[in-house]
Amino acid sequence: MKFAVLVFPGSNCDIDMYHAIKDELGEEVEYVWHTATDLSDFDGILVPGGFSYGDYLRCGAMANQSNIMAEVKKAAEAGKPVLGVCNGFQILTEAGLLPGALLRNKNLKFMCRTVQLKVENNNTLFTNQYEQGQTINIPIAHGEGNYYCDEETLQALKDNNQIVFTYSGENPNGSLADIAGIINERGNVLGMMPHPERAVDALVGGADGLAVFKSIVKQWRENHVNN
Amino acid sequence: MKKVKIYVTLRESILDPQGSAVQSSLAKIGYDEVADLRIGKYLELTLNDTERDIDSLIKEMCDKVLTNVVIEDYRYEIEEAN
Repeated sequence: MKFAVLVFPGSNCDIDMYHAIKDELGEEVEYVWHTATDLSDFDGILVPGGFSYGDYLRCGAMANQSNIMAEVKKAAEAGKPVLGVCNGFQILTEAGLLPGALLRNKNLKFMCRTVQLKVENNNTLFTNQYEQGQTINIPIAHGEGNYYCDEETLQALKDNNQIVFTYSGENPNGSLADIAGIINERGNVLGMMPHPERAVDALVGGADGLAVFKSIVKQWRENHVNN
Repeated sequence: MKKVKIYVTLRESILDPQGSAVQSSLAKIGYDEVADLRIGKYLELTLNDTERDIDSLIKEMCDKVLTNVVIEDYRYEIEEAN
């Protein structure tokens, strides 16, 4: 399986994403600069964290105007897996690929620590390697991760099982319904504030995030590789 | 040329913890007259002369880029640029 890791000016988790795919999973991966105009070669798109364009105007707002985002929309329409983490999640909401928006943390603090997440839906292409209801430890590092949407959208997210991860115990940012990660209705675009790519090696802070990437690869193999 | 002043605010239904923090700071130093305080953004654009309808041009830019309609409202004023 071949992944693209998008790189915007100000991305800073791109190397962690690349490492997770290349060194931990042994799959193919390439960095793709935001000016690129073609993603058709790739089977999965990873939108990494960071502070694209210095978070000018709003987090993700400038990145959403990049050439590459039209291609990300095409990839999503084609049913390819698209994962946005942290700033990547913010970019995907700005792009309209996921509903809602990310507001300033309720306590106004930049939160940088490992938190407990609950896997609310393991029946997705991003979470099939977790148990339903499993508690996992994943680092967060954000100042604007307070997920917000209107009531109607929240009800739709609940009705369609689109809430994939919630904060278990303490909610670090005040997000609605303790939301940490949501998926689109079709099930191929996931956005999450916590950083699974920073939890892929037991030697450095745990490996609970690895299953996100393993899940993507497993699903892809089942769909694309003939036995 | 026209000057356009755009005021972007968080929607009424959305809490503004930044505004609340500033309000409580004001109260702490004696300004307890302040009942509510909300923080927004101010953008100032200078437009070249154009054939296009300015209102629809501004609305288009606001809806596409300058604001996020999920969380923000905006209003604007148009003036002659000096």
